[in-house]
Amino acid sequence: MKTTRLIIVAVGGQGNLLASRILGEASLLSGIPIRMSEIHGMAQRGGVVESALVFGEAESTIISDGEADVLVGFEPSETLRALNKCNSGTTVITNLSPLPPFTVAIGKGVYPDLGLLQELIREKTKRLIAFDATALAKEAGNVMSVNMVLLGALLQTDILPLSADNVKEAIKVRTGKFAESNIRAFELGFSSAKLS
Amino acid sequence: MHKLLTDTPGNKMLLLGSEAIARGAVEAGLAFAATYPGTPSSEISLNFFQISQESDLYFEYSTNEKVALEVAAAAANSGVRSMCIMKHVGLNVAADALMTLAYVGVKGGLVIITADDPFMFSSQNEQDNRYYGKLSGLPVIEPSSVQEAKEMMPYAFDLSEELQEPVLFRTTTRINHSTAIVELGKIRKRVTKGSFKKDPFNYVTVPAVSRKLHVKLLKNIEKASNISDNSIYNFTEGKGDFGIICNGVSYIYVSDAVKDLNLEDKTRILRVGFSHPMPAKLIKTFLKECKKVLVVEEGEPYMEEAVKAFAQEEGLTMPIRGKGEDLFSRLYEFDPAMVRKCIAKFFDAAFPAPKTVDLSGIPELPQRPPNLCAGCSHRATFYAVKKAAEGLETIYPTDIGCYTLGFLPPLGMGDFLICMGSSVGTSCGFSKVTDNKVISFIGDSTFFHSGIPGLVNAVFNNHNFTLVILDNGTTAMTGHQPNPGVDMSNFNLSGYGRIIIEDVVKALGVQHITVIRPYRIKKSIEAIKEALNFKGVSVVIAKEMCTLYSKSLKKPTGKPFYISEKCKNHRNCVNDLACPAFSLKDNRVHIDPVMCSGCSVCAQICPENAILPLKDKK
Repeated sequence: MKTTRLIIVAVGGQGNLLASRILGEASLLSGIPIRMSEIHGMAQRGGVVESALVFGEAESTIISDGEADVLVGFEPSETLRALNKCNSGTTVITNLSPLPPFTVAIGKGVYPDLGLLQELIREKTKRLIAFDATALAKEAGNVMSVNMVLLGALLQTDILPLSADNVKEAIKVRTGKFAESNIRAFELGFSSAKLS
Repeated sequence: MHKLLTDTPGNKMLLLGSEAIARGAVEAGLAFAATYPGTPSSEISLNFFQISQESDLYFEYSTNEKVALEVAAAAANSGVRSMCIMKHVGLNVAADALMTLAYVGVKGGLVIITADDPFMFSSQNEQDNRYYGKLSGLPVIEPSSVQEAKEMMPYAFDLSEELQEPVLFRTTTRINHSTAIVELGKIRKRVTKGSFKKDPFNYVTVPAVSRKLHVKLLKNIEKASNISDNSIYNFTEGKGDFGIICNGVSYIYVSDAVKDLNLEDKTRILRVGFSHPMPAKLIKTFLKECKKVLVVEEGEPYMEEAVKAFAQEEGLTMPIRGKGEDLFSRLYEFDPAMVRKCIAKFFDAAFPAPKTVDLSGIPELPQRPPNLCAGCSHRATFYAVKKAAEGLETIYPTDIGCYTLGFLPPLGMGDFLICMGSSVGTSCGFSKVTDNKVISFIGDSTFFHSGIPGLVNAVFNNHNFTLVILDNGTTAMTGHQPNPGVDMSNFNLSGYGRIIIEDVVKALGVQHITVIRPYRIKKSIEAIKEALNFKGVSVVIAKEMCTLYSKSLKKPTGKPFYISEKCKNHRNCVNDLACPAFSLKDNRVHIDPVMCSGCSVCAQICPENAILPLKDKK
């Protein structure tokens, strides 16, 4: 089985770890080998959370620079920061709703222009799917479901060896009383990616 | 029922490495566990804490790692299968107990987890704890994957009982924090009651006894060496005359690389999973089949040095390499591409050029360092201390916890840190040899862990500094574990004692003690000023529950604040406090009402009184 490598980057609190966990559970349900790793020591303190998911036969649980097949970013500047994980064949999916880091507020940095950001990613990778996932999460009825919107977009690309139904099943199992709005968010992300 | 107690052997479950380790221990019949929390080991303990609340497993958060190891050593010497869990630097704290426990040994199995942290994702150093195996003479077991971490646990307990020695179980962050599908095994019945058989001439380590015990230890190392040679966790695979010796996560990177480079027919791999004592015979046999050998290991050249010594004993002269400027580094963690590149280089294999994107043209991105939470009381305390100390030449020794983040600008409250508890000890030295005012910071859990001996020293030797104890009622950094000062009714648990820090400080003979509520900024500044003026050791206890913890306990919080039209853009709030609830929009400061915890500290320092409670907004 071909190996597929996925990187998810997010800001602490955006639900990156839950999204990864759901893809893990969906893989278990579909009998797909999966190994993943995460760096989350400072997640609760506003730092960056990065997950690596390796589907298929490879045994490694981390992904080297330039080796991601897909990059999903929950926050636009973090997507751009993780571009070192990509190559010219990588598909990139990003939320376009910024969460500027605190350093911007105290004048210790400038937030990148969103137009330039998309232009750069488009130019350097195979495909960019960019949309306001936060708006869609609100539309789904739960602003915390940005992670589910982006999972929907990810599954639409058909790059992972998983079906949307398996992922929805895992969302139901994993997220209890939020399952309904999460599925709605997933579907909004799925159809939105079709259009971009 | 806790998911790790699921008794369905053969079923598969998605587990975090730390959960797999805990599950392995449950399958091994673990009955007794003690720990001090530390990333990346904390989730192992968290699972035991939960399991202990619904089963007869005994688990405790001990005061520090040394105490935890002593607690577990006694249980194991009463015949109960026990475990002691800590991060790599924790073993330094426990080392005094460890070194002589190796002489005394155990009766029931004792497995000591040392979770190493190459790259220092959340640690102050990246020491390689395999050397503790060598230093103490104890066996070291190292898994390469999440599944193996679970499987090796019953093996480690059996090994401990066979050798009557504790076993060091060494993981790295990428084992603890990786997730994979794990097949469950059978759960062995827990035996929770032990009995201690008196045998002072083997247990009381006076010199005459220890001289005898050291002989026993050396014999044991020899026995362990034979077991290591035949261990199922030290194995070879492949047939070629390119030799690779590897351990831990390096083994999986090697496996992937050998496939990627089409070297499968040419390469012979020796995976070392039982790394102290090293499997000497196995390695010597392996070397004889190889033309050249690469040792792939994160951290120090622990195996490389041993392999070279074995080669010398056999008169073998083939190239054996590992660490070096042109090959592997002793720094940080490895990754698959780096391992692939070094293997290709050493064995002259074709290496497809990496396809990394060209990063030119990407603007400099604003950094996103971790920050104290919105409404964190540490921020208020730091601000108050800074104001109180205005005009003084200061040194701020700090300690390990969330509040270490206070060293970052704009707070800039942290000048020196080496280990748990070092704030207090180093304050003694700094105040003696400099004319600066020394003000140090330590959290409640760290104070209990190793701050108290430093404070005893300060009182006895009559040092001159102010210690600020940041008492937020929990061990926040590692995930809100209890400590001896915590009210355990927060966990709906009874039957615990509780130690009040103020009482401890008083009993130690500190002459100037003040308790402040850090959200009351003016009062806090006045109280701290008084403490700073005191000649001798003064202690300020800043008491306010961790805001994250408080939220998780559903305690009532303040109402959020907003910035009214009165704001004249002085920006003292943003620039002095750096609370993450602030942001700039159209050159004006805004407060995120969802993040704001209503601590009101910014409102108190605003020169225009422009920051008001949102509920009053018209």
